[in-house]
Formats: sequence, C-alpha cells, structure tokens
Amino acid sequence: MHELSITQSVVDAVTERMCDARIRRIRLEVGRCSGLVPDAVRFCFELVAAGTTCEGAALEIDEPPGRATCRACGDGFDTAEVLPLCGCGSADVAVEGGRELRIREVEVV
Amino acid sequence: MCGTCGCGPEVTTEATRRVALEIDLLAKNDDRAVANRRWLADNDVLAVNLMSSPGSGKTTLLERTIRDLGDHLSCAVLEGDQETLLDAERIGATGAPVVQINTGAGCHLDAEMVADGVRRLAPERGSVLFVENVGNLVCPALFDLGEAARVVIMSVTEGADKPLKYPHMFRTADLMLVNKVDLLPHVEFDVAHCVAHARRARPDVEVLEVSATRGDGLGAWYDWLRHRRITGAGRGRTFS
Repeated sequence: MHELSITQSVVDAVTERMCDARIRRIRLEVGRCSGLVPDAVRFCFELVAAGTTCEGAALEIDEPPGRATCRACGDGFDTAEVLPLCGCGSADVAVEGGRELRIREVEVV
Repeated sequence: MCGTCGCGPEVTTEATRRVALEIDLLAKNDDRAVANRRWLADNDVLAVNLMSSPGSGKTTLLERTIRDLGDHLSCAVLEGDQETLLDAERIGATGAPVVQINTGAGCHLDAEMVADGVRRLAPERGSVLFVENVGNLVCPALFDLGEAARVVIMSVTEGADKPLKYPHMFRTADLMLVNKVDLLPHVEFDVAHCVAHARRARPDVEVLEVSATRGDGLGAWYDWLRHRRITGAGRGRTFS
C-alpha cells in the first residue's frame, strides 16, 4: 500500500506550493507501468486530503500506457505490462514510457 | 437559475484558475536519496538494500554474513520492520552496530527513514551498511534509499515465477540471491526457470545460489560484497 504515502506526498506538495488557496481539482499522471494503482490513490486521497485545502477536490488521473517495441519482429504496441510479450511470442521487448508519476496541474479558487 | 426565463435557484459560479505544477510524485524521496548517496560516498560507506518477501531468510543471511566477515569487514545494519525490535536484537547479538526502524503502518523504507537511521547509526568509514527493507516484494521497489546496490533474496520455498509476478522489484535488482538451496531436494523449484524469469525483468542481473544456514555459496556472496566494497561505495543508482 505504497499508494498511501505517495498520495500523502501529493497533498503535501500541492498544499506547500499553493499556500492557502482552496484546491478544486488535481490532475495527476500515473503511467500504466508505474507500479501505482490509480484506484488505491483515489481511495487514499479522501483520507489524506481531509482537513487540508485539498479537502473535497476532484482528483483526475491520466493513465498513459507504455510503448513497447519487439526486438525480434520490430512490432510496436501500447502496453500496461512491465514485462510484456509481443504477439509474435517474443519476450525480448523494450518498453518506453508508462512510468510517469507526476502532478500535472491544479485548479484553485 | 434557468438561462431562458430566470426560474429556479440561483447558482453562483466561482472563478477558478489552473496552475501547471509538473511535480514528480517521488521527487521528495528522490532528493533525499541523492543526499544519502552523497553522504555515503563521501564517508566511504557501501550501502546495500536487501529486499525480499517475508521469510526468505534476510536476517539469517545477515547474521551469518556478519559472523563470517566481521573480523575483516566492518558491517552495520539498518533493520526495517513494521513492528518489534526482534530482528535488531538478533543482529545486535552478532556484535554489529544496528538501528531498528519501525515503519508502523508503512510497508516500505523511504529515503528519509534511512537518513534518520544513518544519523543514529553513524557507520564507520570503509564499512558495509546493510539496509534490511520491510519484507515485501511490492512497495519497497519504488523507493530509492540512496543505496549503491540492490539485492533481492528469493528462497526456494517460494514460487520460481515470482520475478514475473513482481517485475517492479526484480527489474531494479543488481543481484538475486536464491536462498535455502539446501531444501532443493524437498521442494519443486526450478532454479533455471527462476533465473530466466529474473533475467526477463533485468537482463544483466547477477545470480548466486546460497544457503544461509548450511553455508552453500556464501563464499561467492562474500566475494561479491568485497568486490562491491572496493569498487562500488560511490556508485550511483543503476535502476530507473
């Protein structure tokens, strides 16, 4: 449940950066190969936001996929797997992206 | 309020503005890890992050390692567990300096906990600092502690497919120790399969087969440590 501490870091970073501004919306980017479960972040957010300027804010999570390239057949495909298999059966696949873990933007009053 | 005739309740719309932040979620931990790594390099301390599921034999391996190497290599230990001082007491009995970090509800060590532990432990120059992470193959993988090397321990009583099930952990490992090989005659565990799976996660991972209780393969583990001690104290992280 590392999502709890990471969600805490979201609220810490936003409250620190935005001072007393009331937060209405937070947009995160959580790549599909990042190792973070978006639903767990949503579950934790309400808990850690309570009593802060983020309380009641909407949480939007973009989930960009990784981009895989097969070294055997050269095929390229989107993936949510850290160790994907290519359709040709090869496991020799390079994955780029999909590991994003960022606070993109906030909407404040 | 209805926009045509004005009926219905009055709705107030508050003015909001968007602010782009572009903050990395792990930035705070990673900054602290960079500071840890710098301190460890400046003080010539080799930090090794030991990670595994609960019960793989991390603490037994450390006890044996310290007892076997203690006269020639200075060792210190940061013990990470959710609760209790039990592992710190076991390590303390070997004579090595040890600090217990209890994470409470937390499921992993982070760089700040390690910074605090290192301050309390004050490992001596030229030593090896073992960081025994919380037994967990999921959460510790994401948190850089400032270590020079990551060692993942697997025991043959676990499934050989664990590297595929927990790829985040195995893709960051510099060394995989396959522990409890003395039990191989009694369990169905295919070492070659396990190694092949680990190399899918990290093609250049080193692998050693050991038994912390019977002593198999420990010479190679000690050679690995001595080699890293000579070449690797100031090394940056090798995973991303």
